[in-house]
Amino acid sequence: MSEPFRALTSRTIVLPQESIDTDQIIPARFLTTTSRDGLGAKAFFDWRYDITGAPKPEFALNIVDPTEHRILVAGANFGCGSSREHAPWALADYGFRAVISTSIADIFTSNALKNGLLPIEVDAETHAALLERPGYKITIDLERCELRFANLAPVSFRVEPFARRCLLDGVDTLGWLLDRSAAIAAYEHKRGLGT
Amino acid sequence: MPPDPSAAPLTLFEKVWRTHVVTPETEETPAVLYVDMHLVHEVTSPQAFAELDARGLKVRRPDKTYATLDHSTPTLPPDENGERPYVTAEAKAQVAALERNCAAHGVTLAGWDSADRGIVHVMGPELGLTHPGSLIVCGDSHTATHGAFGALAFGIGTSEVGHVLATQCLLQRKPKTLRVNIINSLQSGVSAKDMALSVIAALGFGGGTGFVIEYAGEAVRALDMEGRMTLCNMTIETGARAGMVAPDQTTIAWLRVRRHAPQGTAFEAKAAEWLNLVSDEGAVFDKEIHLDAATMAPMATWGTTPDMSAPIGAPTPTPRSQADERALTYMRFEPGGQARDHTVDIVFVGSCTNGRISDLRAAAALLRGRKIKEGVRMLVAPGSEAVRREAEAEGLDRIFTEAGAEWRLPGCSMCIAMNGDVVPPGALAVSTSNRNFEGRQGKGARTILASPASAAAAAVAGYLVDPRTLTEAAHV
Ligand code: SF4
Repeated sequence: MSEPFRALTSRTIVLPQESIDTDQIIPARFLTTTSRDGLGAKAFFDWRYDITGAPKPEFALNIVDPTEHRILVAGANFGCGSSREHAPWALADYGFRAVISTSIADIFTSNALKNGLLPIEVDAETHAALLERPGYKITIDLERCELRFANLAPVSFRVEPFARRCLLDGVDTLGWLLDRSAAIAAYEHKRGLGT
Repeated sequence: MPPDPSAAPLTLFEKVWRTHVVTPETEETPAVLYVDMHLVHEVTSPQAFAELDARGLKVRRPDKTYATLDHSTPTLPPDENGERPYVTAEAKAQVAALERNCAAHGVTLAGWDSADRGIVHVMGPELGLTHPGSLIVCGDSHTATHGAFGALAFGIGTSEVGHVLATQCLLQRKPKTLRVNIINSLQSGVSAKDMALSVIAALGFGGGTGFVIEYAGEAVRALDMEGRMTLCNMTIETGARAGMVAPDQTTIAWLRVRRHAPQGTAFEAKAAEWLNLVSDEGAVFDKEIHLDAATMAPMATWGTTPDMSAPIGAPTPTPRSQADERALTYMRFEPGGQARDHTVDIVFVGSCTNGRISDLRAAAALLRGRKIKEGVRMLVAPGSEAVRREAEAEGLDRIFTEAGAEWRLPGCSMCIAMNGDVVPPGALAVSTSNRNFEGRQGKGARTILASPASAAAAAVAGYLVDPRTLTEAAHV
């Protein structure tokens, strides 16, 4: 289970491309792992490294210190494609704690929330302002569901309430579901599914 | 008095959703939904089993869990020592982990020695594990395939795989509904894959996000089950997690002969129930669109997302956005360019989109008595062992090999390129799979998505060509 998430102040890395899919975030050839760990080194691998394996000097993730740039600002429809949870594992392991876009794919959102990586959808205007300012410092306040910036008005965002509570309080989702065992058994009984 | 909500017309989706609610959705918590069938494969499950083991938990319903090996499995046979040519030791270890986990938890695994093994979304339906009205999940986004039977089926992440293994349940917010009505009929020589690509182009990549799609209309009704699976399979490429087709006599006939379907009188009783799984007259969808099948043509993608497609033969379009420009640069296509300017290096027929027997027949029909163009490498990977047996019994394997193609063992193969079957950097591939993302088929690989007939036609011509021109030529 991931550490609780209340507030974060950090700088952004901007990847403006639309529809950054899970194959870009973590190419399929790295999915043979049986672990969740260590995937940060493989995040955006084919965008980060050239064919010889040398880092591409112009690529955003190769330029900055990830410990100070923990917010990814990306183009619309981020995280589309496969259901691989390796995508948020890779981003979180790299150091990201939030992704901001105008739209973020469903399964990616669900996976990210379970790994302490906060997906935030913002309006087009805020998005455009963030795309123009790589390295911008943002405060993400999950308790108030608000983004705060140095020179822009604060912007509120929405997080699914249960996922928000899990992040704020470090609720263990599987534990929560296991606590519903009686209701699950009653359901199985009602539908004649045996147990 | 307010109208009785139980009398309100319901969508197919709503009917299936309601049956699976263990505890209803509230403002604070999502609904707890019960899963009827959980499909498992080697790539997205090891960390979930590890979580169960770490907590000392068992799989709650091994009888509702079914596993297969498909993604990291080699499609070449074992050597003389029985060693399979895994791409890496890690891939081999991943397969071994699933074998171990299934044995430890009493989960049925269609493993190497099983005649049932196949790509998870080919195997489930063909064994009759996929039932109308059921809730099906798998750690794989193309789980949408099973919606072809009127099931609610969607992909989940590995944490959720763990939730379902341990509790048979899942937390879900109710999605919105979108009906895609497709009127008229497809012209002959136009396939379900072409229909799927046309739907994605109409909705846009991401245009279905937040929705469950119901496909309706006479063109959908006219599809056989395999065509419906192809259509539902690619639903995820619109961003919608699930696609559904209401069950009808086509569905019933398909299921009647399946091993894991109810048998005898139990089947007839179930069939009657299943036929009620239709959207009621007057049911309200959050959104509806209408498309005309008669205007659809064999399609191919020209870009790096599945919505970037056009009828085969149309010139490469002029970019309308930065994304288009980036895609054309990656694909090395010029606006206004013609298909015959682009020599195809690789043709792949297979995947959970188009690796079923009817797909192989369509490709073989184009290749019968022909040779693939010199310089083109063509790989055919059947979707399952059952498909392989059927194809070999019909002699399709010989048609492929005599034409110069490679006939492989079942698996995902070049669809995801994590088993060693890769498209080399810069090579141009025509593929019957579902994603043309940058590098999907290998680093630097350039992918064109098309139907099995179109892929086979490209193998013969050496460039993209409307397959109908070849079939018509053969009939003159
Ligand atoms: S064939 Fe491709 S899309 Fe289908 S399950 Fe395998 S990797 Fe996924």
